[in-house]
Amino acid sequence: MSDVHTDAPTRAEEVNARTAVDPAVEKILHATDSAHAEPGDVAIQNYTINFGPQHPAAHGVLRLVMELDGEIVERIDPHVGLLHRGTEKLIEYKTYAQAIPYFDRLDYCSPMCMEHSFVLAAEKLLDLEVPLRAQYLRVFCAELTRIKNHMLNLGSHVMDVGAMTPNLWLFELREDCMNFYERISGARMHANYFRVGGVHQDVPLKLLADIGDWLDTRLPRLFEDAISLVADNRIFKQRNVDIATVSRDDAIAWGFSGPMIRAAGVPWDLRKSQPYDVYDRMDFDVPVGTRGDCYDRFMVRVEEVRQSARIMRQCLNEMPEGPVATTDRKVAPPKRGEMKRSMEALIHHFKLYTEGYHVPAGEVYVATESPKGEFGVYLVSDGSNKPYRCKIRPTAFSHLQAMDFMSRGHMLADTTAILGAMDIVFGECDR
Amino acid sequence: MTDFFETSVGLPYGWAWFLATIIGILVIALPLMLAVAMIIYADRKIWAAMALRRGPNVVGPFGLLQSFADGLKVFLQETIVPTAANKGLFLLAPIITFTVALIVWAVVPFQPEVVLADINVGLLYVLAASSLGVYGIILAGWSSNSKYPFFSAIRAAAQMVSYEVAIGFVLISIVMWAGTFNLTGIVEAQKGLYGFINGFAFNPLLFPMSIVFLISSLAETQRAPFDLTEAESELVAGYQTEYSSMSFALYWLGEYANVILMCTLNATLFWGGYLPPLDWAPLYAVPGIIWLFAKILFFFFVFSWIKATVPRYRYDQLMRLGWKVFLPLSLFWVFLVSGVLMFMRVGI
Repeated sequence: MSDVHTDAPTRAEEVNARTAVDPAVEKILHATDSAHAEPGDVAIQNYTINFGPQHPAAHGVLRLVMELDGEIVERIDPHVGLLHRGTEKLIEYKTYAQAIPYFDRLDYCSPMCMEHSFVLAAEKLLDLEVPLRAQYLRVFCAELTRIKNHMLNLGSHVMDVGAMTPNLWLFELREDCMNFYERISGARMHANYFRVGGVHQDVPLKLLADIGDWLDTRLPRLFEDAISLVADNRIFKQRNVDIATVSRDDAIAWGFSGPMIRAAGVPWDLRKSQPYDVYDRMDFDVPVGTRGDCYDRFMVRVEEVRQSARIMRQCLNEMPEGPVATTDRKVAPPKRGEMKRSMEALIHHFKLYTEGYHVPAGEVYVATESPKGEFGVYLVSDGSNKPYRCKIRPTAFSHLQAMDFMSRGHMLADTTAILGAMDIVFGECDR
Repeated sequence: MTDFFETSVGLPYGWAWFLATIIGILVIALPLMLAVAMIIYADRKIWAAMALRRGPNVVGPFGLLQSFADGLKVFLQETIVPTAANKGLFLLAPIITFTVALIVWAVVPFQPEVVLADINVGLLYVLAASSLGVYGIILAGWSSNSKYPFFSAIRAAAQMVSYEVAIGFVLISIVMWAGTFNLTGIVEAQKGLYGFINGFAFNPLLFPMSIVFLISSLAETQRAPFDLTEAESELVAGYQTEYSSMSFALYWLGEYANVILMCTLNATLFWGGYLPPLDWAPLYAVPGIIWLFAKILFFFFVFSWIKATVPRYRYDQLMRLGWKVFLPLSLFWVFLVSGVLMFMRVGI
């Protein structure tokens, strides 16, 4: 997929030359500053500008303090934390079921994938068996979420380099995803659909049929249409090819994950390397890039959308009948009807919605492949009904730390392309 | 009209000329403002249609009055002048942009003989006046005393100067071929190419220049893909960042007046201006101004279409296109056209 590149590595070399802090070069740069100034020399200061947090391309509340030499970026200092809401601390005061909605609000562009990590972590501590249908539904929803997330990111990446129309075409699809979200969970964004032990409720057959229809007709038509506007566009390529090239080693060293590391040529996908739920039954390809530039990141995501659609089709074909949550009544609530007849069920229901369930003491780290990369939850339980500690490993944080390294030597306009290709959401980064 | 005031009303010549000129200016400028309002509406509608949206559809029938509602809104707002700004220049800058966008229209021929100032160096006047447009932007960026507008001002200066060079050489080719600087003369020179068609663009020798001119006019008016001066993903709103209310609206109006002007120049210089596309007698029954407007609208649609389709160039890529592609190409074409003309007139 990434053989579409033009040749000419000249710019990349130039960039690498700038990126590497050669002590000799450094010395010369400093020497001209003050020590060897001759009379009549004027010391030129770098132009420092504040990019964000109120900037149309800041993707939320990112603040970048940029030092520019003309339009060339000399240094970028990302300031994060403007959207810090203390999620991790709040979760310590909530029962496990009450913690799930907080995950929707982390990466609010891919809510269900956020829930996924948490419920898997809690299930691991509980050593809980999840019914097959629930696992299928979760994978199905996670892939729907991936499409939803990539629609936003591909669109905003294109918009960051100046084209408006593809973004709006992709938003049409995102709107479809939102509607499916609503029909699945009742909410367009903050689904709160996954539960420890399964999912909240079963989906109607008509909905599955509609999504299947959508996957076969509307998604490919609109998506390929929108991508065809930019993927082979000269200007789009000029703005993205060889911008912020990251080598394999660098990508690993900076802690990249998800499309960012795959674009650098590392076929690292948690769905393949340590499959959770029914990903081991799914047949899908992991796209990798060849050059590790912004264009590769874009194209990796484009291909991931197609692969997600493939996984969703397999889910639709193979999804068995059965319960959608564990039958362990100490964890999952009984059916409404059952509650009206059985005293036992009523007590379970009452206990679950007041006290919640107790999770055996222990600690666990579970990471899933969220659309943006490795999203992990480190859960410590002291045996009570609330997590003792819930550390969230966001994807954006480790990607953002490479912002300076990736942007050096590029132009101001490139930073928006880099940022767009990074796919950052601050709900998750700042937590 | 000067004659009318002199003979029928009985004014001395000076006064008659003055009155006639004022009326002429109003007859061009007022409909132009109306046209700008409607073309903004058209732009938004075209853009919306391409983006699967509806566009303005609330104010008035089909949203036709949207631009007027917007105009009223900005008119009633307070003009905010930043404390750090150089107040005089800050307020002068939008006025310069707006004025310059209007004065070029003086030499545009709408029909044979229908032109405010039929000066014999009309094209030079167009070049001179449109070059002044950059001052409005530079002054805005500098006087705002703010970092993003300043960036935008530097970009604008470099961009407009670069592309004006290419435009200049394209125009030289045209002038040589037409043998006149007068815009009416240039239009008339396009008549009857091969005996049946009107327009320099149908001449294979001049066609590439019409493309260069179209692209350069996009750059000159800072429309996509050359809208670097107001690239919202990089420079917020560019030089307009600190502007509000009427001073902002003046930029808005000036920008669109410039866009219409560039569409008109495209139509006038390459596609036969007020002449019908074919040199066929029945077509001349339609007034020239209708043909001109149809061509202007066509080019405006092309401008909108491009805006809706393409991403934005980076600054260095824009410069490369201007200096390394268009400049050598148009320079070579000057050489080529003059060579062909020499050959046609003198022989080898």
